[in-house]
Amino acid sequence: MELDRIEKLLEKYLEATTTVPEEEILRDYFSNEDIPVHLRAYAPMFQYFSKAKEERFTKQLELKRKKRYMQWISIAAVAVLVFGIYFGNAYRDQKEQEKAEYAYKETKRALSLLAANFERGTEKVAYLKEFEATKEKIYNKN
Amino acid sequence: MQQTEFLDVVLPFKDKMFRLAKRLLTSREEAEDATQEILMKLWSKNKVMGNYKNVEAYAMTMTKNFCLDRLKSKQASNLKLVHSNYQDENVSLQSEIEVNDSLSWVEKIIAELPEQQKMVLQLRDVEQYEFEEIADLLDMKPTAIRVALSRARKTVREKLVQKHNYGIG
Repeated sequence: MELDRIEKLLEKYLEATTTVPEEEILRDYFSNEDIPVHLRAYAPMFQYFSKAKEERFTKQLELKRKKRYMQWISIAAVAVLVFGIYFGNAYRDQKEQEKAEYAYKETKRALSLLAANFERGTEKVAYLKEFEATKEKIYNKN
Repeated sequence: MQQTEFLDVVLPFKDKMFRLAKRLLTSREEAEDATQEILMKLWSKNKVMGNYKNVEAYAMTMTKNFCLDRLKSKQASNLKLVHSNYQDENVSLQSEIEVNDSLSWVEKIIAELPEQQKMVLQLRDVEQYEFEEIADLLDMKPTAIRVALSRARKTVREKLVQKHNYGIG
C-alpha cells in the first residue's frame, strides 16, 4: 500500500508535478534503510539532496572594504606618473635653454674675436692706402 | 542598516547562496569567494535594501548572475573548472573509493547537467523553493521550469539506474 503510493509519487516526481510536501515524503522514505530492490537506484538521489542541504558557508564574513586600498594605490601611482612627466619635461626645457644660451655666448665670443682680428686687418690695409696715395702723388708730380 | 542588522538579514540565506554558487562553480573555494563578494555587494547597497520586498530572492538572483558571468569569463579565457573537490571537509585519502560512493556519483551526474537544469534542480530539490519563487529567481516561466526540472530528474535517475545495474553486474 505504502509502496504503491511511493511509486505513484515517483512517477509524478519525474514529471515535476509533485508538491514540496510530497517531495518531502519521498526524501523521508528513501532515507530509510529498507528499500525494495527495484527502487534502490533512487535512494542515492534523495539522500544526496538531504546531504547537500547541510552544507554551510563557513568562511568568516568580512564587510570591510579591502579593495579600496588598491584603488588608492592606483590613483597615487597615476599622480606620480603625471608629475614625473610634467616636471621631467620642464627640466628638459630648462636644460635646452641653458645649452642654447651657452651656444649663443660661444658664438658671440667667436664673432667678436673675428671682428677684433678684422679690425687689425683693416688698420694694416689703411697703411696700404696711405702708400697708394703717396705713390699717386709722386706719379702726378712727374 | 547597521552591520549586525545586515548580518541578521542575510544569515538565513547565505548558506543557500553558497550552495547555489557551489553547484554552478563546482569548487568550494570559488563558491566561498563568490558568496563573499556578493554579500559585500549587498552590504554596499544596504541603504536601499529596505526597498526590496524580498532580499533573499534578490540575493539569490545576484548569486546566479554572478556565477554565470564568472563561468562565461572562464570559458572565454579557456580555463577549465577544477572538478576535484566533490567531497570536502574530509580530505579524501582514497579518491577511487569515493568515486564509487553513490552520493558523490549523484553530484557528478548533476555537475554534467546544463546550467539551467542544475540551478532548477538545486533550487527545488535541495532548497525546496516553490515554482513561483524559482520562476522569480531565474526569470523563467513556471512551465519552462517544470520542463527543465523533469529533464534533470530523469537524467539523474537514468544515469543512476545505469550505474546501479553495472554495480550489480
